[in-house]
Amino acid sequence: MVRVVHPVPVVSAPVTGPGLVPISIKVNGNIQQIQVEPRRSLLDVIRWDLGLTGAKRVCNLGECGACTVLADGRPIYACLALAIECEAVDILTIEGLAVDGQLDPVQQAFIRHDAVQCGFCTPGQVLAAKALISDNAQPSDEDIDRAMCGNLCRCGTYTHVRNALQELRQNPPGGAR
Amino acid sequence: MTRIVKSKTEIEGRIYERYSIWSGSDLAPWEANSDLSIVGRDLPRVDAESKVTGRAAYTADHRRPGMLFAKVLRSPYAHARINRLDLSRAAGMPGVRAVLCHRSTPKLTLSTGQPLFDRTLRYYGQAVAAVAADTEEIAEDALREIEVDYQPLPFVIDPAKAKEPGAPLVQPRGNLLTEGYPQRYERGNLESGQREAEVTVQLEFRTQMAIHQCFEPHCALAEWDGEGLTLWTSTQYIHGVARDLAQRLRIPQNRVRVLSEAIGGAFGSKQIAGEEVYLAALLARQADRPILVYFDRDEETVATGHREATVQQIRLGARWDGRLTFIEHEATAGIGSYGNHAMIVCGPSQTLYRCPNVRTVENAVYTNVAPARAFRAPGYTEGSFALESAMDELAKKLGIDPLSLRRRNEVDFDQVDRQSYSLNPIDDIFSLGAAMADWNTPKPEASDSGRRRGRGMAAQIWGGGGGPPAYAWVKVDATGTADVVVGSQDIGTGTRTALAQIAAEELGLRLEDVRIAEGDTLSGPYAPNSAGSMTVASVGPAVRAAASQACQTLLEVAAHVLRCPGDQVKIREGIVHHGLAGEHETPLADVLQEVSPFAIVGQGDRGPNPQDVTIRTFGVQFAEVEVDLATGAVEVIKQSAVHDCGRVISPLQADSQIAGGITQGVGYALTEALVVDPQTGVVLNANLESYLIPTIADVPVVDGRPFGEIDQIDNSLGVKGLGEPPIIPVAPAVANAIADAIGVRITDLPLTAAKVLAALNQEGSHAGV
Repeated sequence: MVRVVHPVPVVSAPVTGPGLVPISIKVNGNIQQIQVEPRRSLLDVIRWDLGLTGAKRVCNLGECGACTVLADGRPIYACLALAIECEAVDILTIEGLAVDGQLDPVQQAFIRHDAVQCGFCTPGQVLAAKALISDNAQPSDEDIDRAMCGNLCRCGTYTHVRNALQELRQNPPGGAR
Repeated sequence: MTRIVKSKTEIEGRIYERYSIWSGSDLAPWEANSDLSIVGRDLPRVDAESKVTGRAAYTADHRRPGMLFAKVLRSPYAHARINRLDLSRAAGMPGVRAVLCHRSTPKLTLSTGQPLFDRTLRYYGQAVAAVAADTEEIAEDALREIEVDYQPLPFVIDPAKAKEPGAPLVQPRGNLLTEGYPQRYERGNLESGQREAEVTVQLEFRTQMAIHQCFEPHCALAEWDGEGLTLWTSTQYIHGVARDLAQRLRIPQNRVRVLSEAIGGAFGSKQIAGEEVYLAALLARQADRPILVYFDRDEETVATGHREATVQQIRLGARWDGRLTFIEHEATAGIGSYGNHAMIVCGPSQTLYRCPNVRTVENAVYTNVAPARAFRAPGYTEGSFALESAMDELAKKLGIDPLSLRRRNEVDFDQVDRQSYSLNPIDDIFSLGAAMADWNTPKPEASDSGRRRGRGMAAQIWGGGGGPPAYAWVKVDATGTADVVVGSQDIGTGTRTALAQIAAEELGLRLEDVRIAEGDTLSGPYAPNSAGSMTVASVGPAVRAAASQACQTLLEVAAHVLRCPGDQVKIREGIVHHGLAGEHETPLADVLQEVSPFAIVGQGDRGPNPQDVTIRTFGVQFAEVEVDLATGAVEVIKQSAVHDCGRVISPLQADSQIAGGITQGVGYALTEALVVDPQTGVVLNANLESYLIPTIADVPVVDGRPFGEIDQIDNSLGVKGLGEPPIIPVAPAVANAIADAIGVRITDLPLTAAKVLAALNQEGSHAGV
């Protein structure tokens, strides 16, 4: 990935691999059969092969969280997963969060608190927040920081993300546990 | 009647005098006590839903039939000459459709003066060659097949070293810019100011290269067809990109359509038609296929610009009562390897405080890094770090409270242009900020014995008045909904929503009945770049004027349908109020249905600013920090901020701008720096793992308030900008708080744990003073 090569002689190795392989992948409840190169990340597959462009490529090295998707309900960095590893996993992307056009309470809270600026990290932030709230309806401030600190935001929406999550903690969707 | 007016406009500290074509009439400003129902209210961003659902369409979310992917080979050296470059193996690979290098035609030079490709490479990461292929993987593979024989050359990164005689030459004509440099400003008599001074301080400051790290990287998708070139790109200036492309590719400007619907951050780095735009356009022409260029994070870090590094010497003198007698400030900015100007670093020293005798000198020097670019309040952020840190040292020497020292030198008129400010609430801003920060009560104890608490403050001045030219069209249909067509773009600041609020207010429609069409040069008339905190102040009055014109017609239609005199009709949030006392209410849509179908079109433009006053924004921030004595780590606990931005269109979004500026400022103050290996010239942290932007766990509690006093004379909205000011005072306020906590002044940014620890180890000494 890193093409700014360091000033050491690089011997180009010929690229070898099996080429396209068939996989079956379940995203937002739909199972699809596709052909992908084994080196293709889950992120590139959902963006390029499935056309679900909500997850964003920012660092492509698992440093920022803009590509966050939920895998069996847990947030993962889609840029670090190979698509071929994800055959047995239930993937939820931002496109699958709203049900029948009804926004998820997390999405609504982000809108209400203006926890959105340029919006590029937002799909990842929303899914990370969704995973947190699903797992722990009453997160402490420390829980929020811990759960969300893997999702970077350059515009600085963090204070409003906090406000949104603090509101959700007071009024958990579906009532307190 | 059309008028062609020459007027002065301020953008990022520079004054531009230029023509605008203007209809010749401006609306009277909304009164301070106007009963506005949509402007000033917290309403959701009009594009928030598309962003939380992932539907917002950024450049790389578009997919065109047959689209190819481009990748760029970049220089592994900070300075080198290409002896041999062989693209034949790469070009012959199956799936590779186009290649470009310095031998390709046409030869292009970007507006920075940098050739698109060149045999001489002046920075680590400069483009050597580009390929376009069917998939990203093939393009990546093709880069490995490119053979290059480099001859490394001596290089220089540090601006202070680049200035020295005998330094490696970045540009053959020499490292120091001589055209227009050094830039000197002087007022009063510095020597007499020095004689009058009873106390002086002298310090040297250094500021680092900081990277914008826009989350959406620089990218472009180009497609040629019978109509010409269509280009989706992430830019602050669609009209600037279109003009630049038309000029350099020698095609008519109306054969270039630039689209930028959603933009994933810019912060100053996306104001020009950069490499990505030309790579996409040229590769697409060569391959006769649509091409996507989308930089990786390492490219984004090393090749798309940064906040310039500076070395600054500053001397301040005052009488014992605290009145400043002189300010002397010299700055040297490293502008990178191409370009013809530096940012204005000494502006704050000329204008933030009342001082009769001021001398500033600004130097610009080439260095072997990518060309610097504007970064949120460019220049003033670096210069304020020096000035406001020095002010605290002066306060300490005088034995005066830092806030009192600043208040004693409050500015009451523009000392450079010798005229008054349109609005200058600095005195009230100081009072409000001090109250918010509990400045006049003793500082709290640290949270544990291994930490020390400190407080600091800094003030800010910046532009943000906006100005002409800017235009808008409003189109109302027979159902009472409206499209507002503008040529601006929303880089994430929320201007799309602010413009919608302005239009809805003036038209008498609900916010949801107004749609903003922007980010498309085909439909939108000229609007300036989204920079200089000026979009709302520039485009907003044009939108209001267009809406007002359309509303006049709407009122006439309503009066006709309702058979009542025109002066007895008002429209508010989609309801027509009519009758002698407005006692009848009829939905606008019902009224319009009577004469459906039709289209009402309003046109508006931005008139010139008043020329006998200066429009600036003022602000203050107070930082509260704790320093860990064992590690040197600094935690910013709370940042209180008051910023004057005239009328507030949306309080919640204003708060987003303040919190966002503070968050970026905390990164600039504490952790962010481009690290270049002095031995090899290699950038060591071209990623988000070691280039440390703040996380949610690093941001303080932010108490940010737009001051809210309406500017009565600047424009028909009474607004000023707020995008940039909040970053300016953060670093000096935090530095002053650290000095307050540990008793040592650190003079070079960022204020890392390592530097704080080193300072703690020599506590008692006063480094740099």
